[in-house]
Amino acid sequence: MKKLSARRRHPLAAVVVLLLALAATGGLYAAFAPAGKAQADETAQSLAIDEGKKLYAVGCASCHGTGGQGTSDGPSLVGVGAAAVDFQVATGRMPAATSQGAQVPRKKNIYTQAQIDQLAAYIASLGAGPSVPTEEQYGPEGADIAKGGELFRNNCAQCHNFTGKGGALTKGKYAPTLEGVNPKHIYEAMQTGPQNMPSFPDTTLSEQNKKDIIAYLNAVNSDETETPGGMELGGIGPVAEGLFGWIFGLGTLIAIAVWVAARTAKAKKS
Amino acid sequence: MSTNDSTQSRARGKAPAGERVADWADGRLGIYSLAKANMRKIFPDHWSFMLGEVCLYSFLIIILTGVYLTLFFHPSMNEVEYHGSYIPMQGQLMSEAYKSTLDISFDVRGGLLIRQIHHWAAIVFLAGMFVHMMRVFFTGAFRKPREINWLFGFLLFVLGMFTGFTGYSLPDDLLSGTGVRFTQGAILSVPIVGTYISMFLFGGEFPGDDFVARFYSIHILLLPGIMLGLVVAHLILVFYHKHTQFAGPGKSNKNVVGMPLLPVYMAKAGGFFFLVFGVIAVLAGIATVNPIWALGPYRPDMVSTGAQPDWYMGFAEGLVRAMPGWEINLWGHTLVLGVFVPLVLFGVFLAAIAVYPFIESWITGDKREHHILDRPRNAPTRTALGVAWITAYMIMLIGGGNDIVATHFHLSINAVTWFVRIGFFVGPVIAFVVTKRICLGLQRRDKDKVLHGRETGTIKRLPHGEYIEVHEPLSQASLHSLTAHEQYAPAEIGPTVDENGVERKVKGSQKLRAKLSKAYFGEDAQIPKPTVEEYKEITSGHGHH
Repeated sequence: MKKLSARRRHPLAAVVVLLLALAATGGLYAAFAPAGKAQADETAQSLAIDEGKKLYAVGCASCHGTGGQGTSDGPSLVGVGAAAVDFQVATGRMPAATSQGAQVPRKKNIYTQAQIDQLAAYIASLGAGPSVPTEEQYGPEGADIAKGGELFRNNCAQCHNFTGKGGALTKGKYAPTLEGVNPKHIYEAMQTGPQNMPSFPDTTLSEQNKKDIIAYLNAVNSDETETPGGMELGGIGPVAEGLFGWIFGLGTLIAIAVWVAARTAKAKKS
Repeated sequence: MSTNDSTQSRARGKAPAGERVADWADGRLGIYSLAKANMRKIFPDHWSFMLGEVCLYSFLIIILTGVYLTLFFHPSMNEVEYHGSYIPMQGQLMSEAYKSTLDISFDVRGGLLIRQIHHWAAIVFLAGMFVHMMRVFFTGAFRKPREINWLFGFLLFVLGMFTGFTGYSLPDDLLSGTGVRFTQGAILSVPIVGTYISMFLFGGEFPGDDFVARFYSIHILLLPGIMLGLVVAHLILVFYHKHTQFAGPGKSNKNVVGMPLLPVYMAKAGGFFFLVFGVIAVLAGIATVNPIWALGPYRPDMVSTGAQPDWYMGFAEGLVRAMPGWEINLWGHTLVLGVFVPLVLFGVFLAAIAVYPFIESWITGDKREHHILDRPRNAPTRTALGVAWITAYMIMLIGGGNDIVATHFHLSINAVTWFVRIGFFVGPVIAFVVTKRICLGLQRRDKDKVLHGRETGTIKRLPHGEYIEVHEPLSQASLHSLTAHEQYAPAEIGPTVDENGVERKVKGSQKLRAKLSKAYFGEDAQIPKPTVEEYKEITSGHGHH
């Protein structure tokens, strides 16, 4: 203590005190701030935010406003969270080609995952919102497929069909197919409720529920899905079955009838 | 007598075993004379005459596979927990009906294949009946003496629809449960008695615990029993009336030209049965139908998008989807027009098929028997009416699948619905006019062909420089076929004032009949077929026209 006290008039003392004070406030902030941010490397984080801001200015600002406050062409992004950004950009929905039209379609994503993370960091810095889920949250371990199926039929099938093949909404809007959608993005969609979809926060569908639903979709609507009955015919039910039955069932039978009728017994013809 | 015979035959050595068995059977059943009279029965050859066979065979396939399915299906709505081999349903609560259907699909040997054959055969059966009925309609085969058989066929089609409906409701899955709920809603919309009928049918409030067991009896016993009887009656009448045939040389209203039942048609029909079975089995082997495991058990609090009935109920679905949701509230009672009007239209739509032969025979006033078929072009108004009906039906099928149409063609579902609403009224009118014009055009072409012969495409230059196309006269046989049809003259009311100046009363129905007859057979409705004089005049002169 004496040593410290002896050096209190050292020219660098003020700097040291300042650093200590900063570290203390920073530490306190880190201790009390939301977990996601606390663990992030602060300098890397601020760097990401800076980079994200630049990307935002190029790709997003024309519709969502220079500070994410929203314009007549696009909603405010304050508080939507990193999960919404990751979903919208990684599925290619954002940047949208136009703010017109019934719904922004899924298309090819033009950003790298690193860039998306930077954009997400910037948007997250505008206001707190759901963060990007970890693999542990959406992965298949510990999921109950059957329970997920029940939850899916109860909450999702109204728009997305029994096994997530998609369906029509009013005026050209639609619930897209969930085939080939990254589990992470399904999780984010449930959490953030993009476009016409209602959001299912953890208070409505718990983390475990979301995990179950994702596992169910993986079982019934992915590359790994088995179709014991043969071709699936789109999995959209009787409309496709009826068409198939008429064209390939009755069509073939009529062709055969024509063939059989054309082959008449000619043995005893004079 | 018989002892005498047997001693005699024994004296000459024993008859072959087959003959003795046949003899034995004939002595007790008397089938020999029956067979002798019918084995050589003649049937005419045309591919469209085999459409009915497609229906008959798919009906047999449905019965055969259906019997197998009843061995494993439990028509019960008791709640059980699933622990079979389909992972995504493990531990789910479901009715025994749904569970046993899962078991048939995954744990019974050959169960899924048989289920799929059963379902595909049902789809093909109904489609076959539809096309068979179209064939009979457009060729006028429903005319006297076959009106009753037409009604039998109509009943088979309607009963087939309801047998199909009760059948796909049995697994108690989420899709079919939605369909049952839909039907219950339609029943409820009937004024006054709707509620009572619904309560009676479901044994209380929907869904209750009874409907699967009740639908099961209806599906496997009541309706198929009636249908089987109707099929037999239908076939007996076909036998009794003899088959119709298209006009041609040597064919008349009094004969049937074709091949004998035995051996030719037995062989053909037998082979065709296996071909039909084969095609349906292949269909069932390569394509999924009604994957109930993916649909989940029915719960009234759940529903999925894209919920449609099988195709033959699709037009009913379309009627309800297209109808605006109007309702009338009076004295505390609600009349749900949005559902009730489609329900009435459903009946009217079907009844139109049943009554058509009687309407047409009333208009023509023709009481003779007809065994020679019309070519559709030679009955333009009938053909046009048929096409108009089919157009309305098809538009309603689009309406029934409006959401699927919207998503797969990237359209707005509202736009599709409006297309259906307008198309239901406008489409049949356009179809009627266009079909009639096409028929008349084809009649003109036939007339041209008869009078001027076939265009050979050979261009000839005459000595004075003129170019002509050589027309080849038709053979006598095709001349006959093209001119064999009869043309009706429009019915006249006749003079309304007799020679004494007394006015005769003309009933409204007579006036209507005359008007309709004019529409059917008036100047604008048929091209007079070439007469012998016309033909002689043209062919007697120069080599070309």
